[in-house]
Amino acid sequence: MNSSALLAASGAALQKLDPRTMIKTPVMLIVELGCAATLVCALLRPSVFAFGLAAWLFLTVVFANFAEALAEGRGRAQADALRASRSSLRAQRVGPDGGIEEVPAAELHVGDTVLVRAGQVIPGDGDVVEGAATVDESAITGESAPVIRESGGDRTAVTGGTTVLSNEIRIAITSQPGSTFMDRLIELVEGANRKKTPNETALDIFLAVLTVVFALAVVALAPMAWFSHAPQSLLVLIALLVCLIPTTIGALLSAIGIAGMDRLVKRNVLAMSGRAVEAAGDVSTLLLDKTGTITIGNREATDIIPLGGGSPRDAAYAAQLSSLADETPEGRSIVRLAETGLGLAPVPEDAYAQARFVPFSAATRMSAIRLPDRTVVKGAASEIVAWARAAGAEVPPELDAIVSRISDKGGTALVIAEATPLAGADPAAELAPEGCAHGRIVGVIRLTDILKPGMVERFAQLRRMGIKTVMITGDNARTAKAIAREAGVDDFLAEAKPEDKLALIRREQEAGAMVAMTGDGTNDAPALAQADVGLAMNTGTQAAKEAANMVDLDSDPTKIIEIVEVGKQLLITRGALTTFSIANDLAKYFAIIPAMFMAAFPGLGLLNIMGLASPESAITSAVIFNALVIVALIPLALRGVSYTPSTSSRLLSRNLLIYGLGGLIAPFIGIKLIDLVVSLIPGLA
Amino acid sequence: MKDLLQIAAVLAVLAALHRPLGAYMARLLTSRRDTTVERLIYRAVRVAPRAGQPWRVYLRDVLTFSAVSIVALTLLQSIQGWLPLGRGAGPVHLDQAINTAVSFTTNTNWQSYSGETAVTQLTQMLGLAVQNFVSAAVGIAVVAAFIRGLAARRTGRSASGGAPPLGNFWVDLTRISLRLLLPIAAVGAVLLILGGAIQNFHGPQTITTLDGSQQTIPGGLVASQESIKVLGTNGGGYFNANSAHPFENPAEWTNLLQVALILLIPSALPRTFGIMVGDRRQGWSVLGAMAVLFLASLAATVWAETALTGDAKLAGASLEGRELRFGTVASAFFATATTLTSTGAVDSFHSSYSGLGGGVLMFNMLLGEIAPGGVGSGLYGMLVIAILSVFICGLMIGRTPEYLGKKIGPPEIRLVAGYVLVVPACVLLGTGASLLVPGVREAILNPGPHGLSEVLYAFTSASNNNGSAFAGLGADTPYLNLALAAAMALGRFVPIAFVLALAGRLAGQTPAPPTSGTLPTHRPLFAGVMVGCALIVTGLTYLPALALGPLAEGLS
Repeated sequence: MNSSALLAASGAALQKLDPRTMIKTPVMLIVELGCAATLVCALLRPSVFAFGLAAWLFLTVVFANFAEALAEGRGRAQADALRASRSSLRAQRVGPDGGIEEVPAAELHVGDTVLVRAGQVIPGDGDVVEGAATVDESAITGESAPVIRESGGDRTAVTGGTTVLSNEIRIAITSQPGSTFMDRLIELVEGANRKKTPNETALDIFLAVLTVVFALAVVALAPMAWFSHAPQSLLVLIALLVCLIPTTIGALLSAIGIAGMDRLVKRNVLAMSGRAVEAAGDVSTLLLDKTGTITIGNREATDIIPLGGGSPRDAAYAAQLSSLADETPEGRSIVRLAETGLGLAPVPEDAYAQARFVPFSAATRMSAIRLPDRTVVKGAASEIVAWARAAGAEVPPELDAIVSRISDKGGTALVIAEATPLAGADPAAELAPEGCAHGRIVGVIRLTDILKPGMVERFAQLRRMGIKTVMITGDNARTAKAIAREAGVDDFLAEAKPEDKLALIRREQEAGAMVAMTGDGTNDAPALAQADVGLAMNTGTQAAKEAANMVDLDSDPTKIIEIVEVGKQLLITRGALTTFSIANDLAKYFAIIPAMFMAAFPGLGLLNIMGLASPESAITSAVIFNALVIVALIPLALRGVSYTPSTSSRLLSRNLLIYGLGGLIAPFIGIKLIDLVVSLIPGLA
Repeated sequence: MKDLLQIAAVLAVLAALHRPLGAYMARLLTSRRDTTVERLIYRAVRVAPRAGQPWRVYLRDVLTFSAVSIVALTLLQSIQGWLPLGRGAGPVHLDQAINTAVSFTTNTNWQSYSGETAVTQLTQMLGLAVQNFVSAAVGIAVVAAFIRGLAARRTGRSASGGAPPLGNFWVDLTRISLRLLLPIAAVGAVLLILGGAIQNFHGPQTITTLDGSQQTIPGGLVASQESIKVLGTNGGGYFNANSAHPFENPAEWTNLLQVALILLIPSALPRTFGIMVGDRRQGWSVLGAMAVLFLASLAATVWAETALTGDAKLAGASLEGRELRFGTVASAFFATATTLTSTGAVDSFHSSYSGLGGGVLMFNMLLGEIAPGGVGSGLYGMLVIAILSVFICGLMIGRTPEYLGKKIGPPEIRLVAGYVLVVPACVLLGTGASLLVPGVREAILNPGPHGLSEVLYAFTSASNNNGSAFAGLGADTPYLNLALAAAMALGRFVPIAFVLALAGRLAGQTPAPPTSGTLPTHRPLFAGVMVGCALIVTGLTYLPALALGPLAEGLS
């Protein structure tokens, strides 16, 4: 935070003094009105005490506005930068006849198709309908590494304001100008149109009640004091009222909310509403995709088990051969295992010069390599066994046991078989086992899921926080169970289809749980929309992003855990400062009540436990403390109170101790110290 | 020492009865079976006993029933002279009749009349005794509805249709009166008769005493009235001297019996609550908070009354305004019990307590009479405190505040806000405004802080439906009769309306299952939070007023 930001916030703080703006924080409006009344009193009957009071009440309001302005200012700088990047974009619109015309980006409508070439900025949000390109999305993510966007599949979405680096693509525009992702982003970081969240509204109501209660107490005190022959001036009653009403939390409430959103933006997460952030704090069930979230995206070969009497080397060689052309990470890990783990030499190029590769497909569930003298196939156990049988192989009796042992431990078993092609067999019938003889099953490759580092601790932490984790995976139940156990998640959903996810969310919600999930594909969209907190990956499809209520620009699915923590921190900060604010009042009573009535009832001097110098200095000190505590707490409001995940009991005791007990004690010390200074001022001592 | 043993004995009896009575009430309030007599009653008044009522209907019936009660009781007092057992008594003047009618209907039992002379035996029997039963039953019925709202589980977030009903007011009223209050009151009456309380139809008898002077000895159905007076936390004495009168409270042990009866139902209700919400530990923490407040208040009062100053030091004990039969500590025990419930019966004069002791009694009522509080009203008052505690502290664990799995959001806190505002408004504005009324200033007996306390006490007692008084205030003026009647009515029915609305609102929520991330509301820590919350909210609201009354008096 630099001095220019402070200066800008100070200016904004003064602008916010307009009562029409102040009405949004009624507690502070009362202080402002009290300040005006005090000033009138001071002008009518001038005294150091009266002018001092008016000045400090004025500062109390300014400090409150300053807190809000400071919080808003942090977002505004970011918004300005974003706006600059979007200036005067032009688009090349593809006309119905295929012709291209250049139009301003602001004139694009949903359904238009535009052409974007390398080096050009994408004029609006949309889906790639033709072509593939690398795109620099650093304008929104801050991440400079380019990403690939292509038509078809789950990587079609492009965002206006990002730059195409290579190739050219055609994009179907999916959002109206003014409501693009970039527009929303600017709006969000600016805090414009910020709606109050439910908890904020509830807290506002509660603060209003406290204000009314204290107003009643002060209003009723006037006739009581008169009856008791100790009438009080309006000045003193106003000072008492301002000290009692919850100005501290009233002043900081909106700053806390804005700063909470800001913390998310800093983590490159865009929340479409503050409500979603609050809901994140309440989440009790977390759905996590296994791949990419719990495990690193790819499985790795960790073992090759020979079968049918062959040597380990034979099996490894077959595995190596079968994966030569397999460019998937799994395939490459098999070659790597064979070469570095088991010490096989790389297969010389001329050994597979005449090879034909058949890539893995979902339909066949196997891949193959055909050499002149042998065909090697690799794939799911059931498919390979069927193939090998047809090629005349005998299935080794231990195969089943090995495969299920691998599954039970959370691995995936790939079975390798080979056969000799019969002369004259139809080379086009690529995988057909009928064209082979002497089939045999060579071995089993174990593919293992690798947990992301730190996930086990994370899940333990989540459990302490009372959040149930459910792993979603397409694996079979056995494998899923093993991985779930290893990672320490509470539950899993195996062989999950998108509609299963939706059903699971509904079920959890009906039992009263708040559900969070992440997703990126179009078929995740219904579940993302149904979840209380849906976090879409920025790399995902437009449909997923629209359905979710948060988007992670870094596309890191584990970030949902951080979001939960930010949500909790936001609520804790509000609760802590509310408690602190209320607890403060006790000390203020001990300052002001004896000051008011000590003259009429000397016995009440016993309540002056702080030993404040004079009635005027006591009241002035309480008012000054009340104003300064706002300033003192601004950093805490903007930063949020520290949150370490633990059980609710522990959190409660800790925060009660710091903010409850601390709130009781701190003002006694603060007021006393201020009084020591104030009592030196002539006219107050 | 003997005093402490007596207190311990009463608390031990209450502890022993806590579980069985709590369980009995839970069964009573959840059972689907009616007795024959009840079925006849339902048929006679055309009530479908199994028809559940949503909160609006429940509230409508509570208010209708109470309004009819007020009108009927006012009427009865106005024509009592012409009715049997009238014995020539005149009608009660209208403002006093209204005050008395509102007072007994709201379970307050503030008495600006004198029991011996102002009302006839028939009015006592048909009017006051009936209200002693049903006003208590209304309180328990309302808390039953509130608990049902808290406990209700709706299946499915998207399930259409309204919230689950809160029960049936007429069934609750009938069952509580017939199967809870009547049997215990009967046992209590017999015990009081055994102790020496009178139970007869005699008119006032004039006798000549040993020294030759004339004395009038009243008669009446005292023991039966007395029993429900304490059991239903009513407090309206048959005689002006209330439980200090030997016909009402004849012996040392009947004094303890009365304290036990005052605390019996309110202290067992948390058990009922725990059972009905399906988690007895929740009942324990509520009871724990009540117990801490009760014992702390008792200790403070006993300390204030036994730390002797001035004349009392010379006498060796604070005996002004106390019955010598009971003594200082037993009287303080009774005073604590009567002001921490909505009873207001007295066996000693609270205005004779030391400045600080009287202040503690006032504070007891200002807490909202929640430890353990009036029958029913004490528990719903404490549960509102629990919700408030959850709201203030719940945020500090990083979740939307929830109590028993029900979220406390803007609509809920709005209703809690209404509940919390009513009584302070009545007490503070009532006291402040009344001090400006010349007639009130003349009705105040004592000058200075004690005089202020008399008015503050009156509005505190009326708004909180307690009924006890700081003697010295001549409360039978048209202004005070009507102002206090208004305070009693507002202090009773507005909170009930908010509580039932809150119950309706909560009933419509699907409770979130408890996890280790939920704020545990069954632990001692939370009971402590409730205690702190009640003390701080009450203290902050009333400290300035208390400073000018009891504190100014006590610290001088």
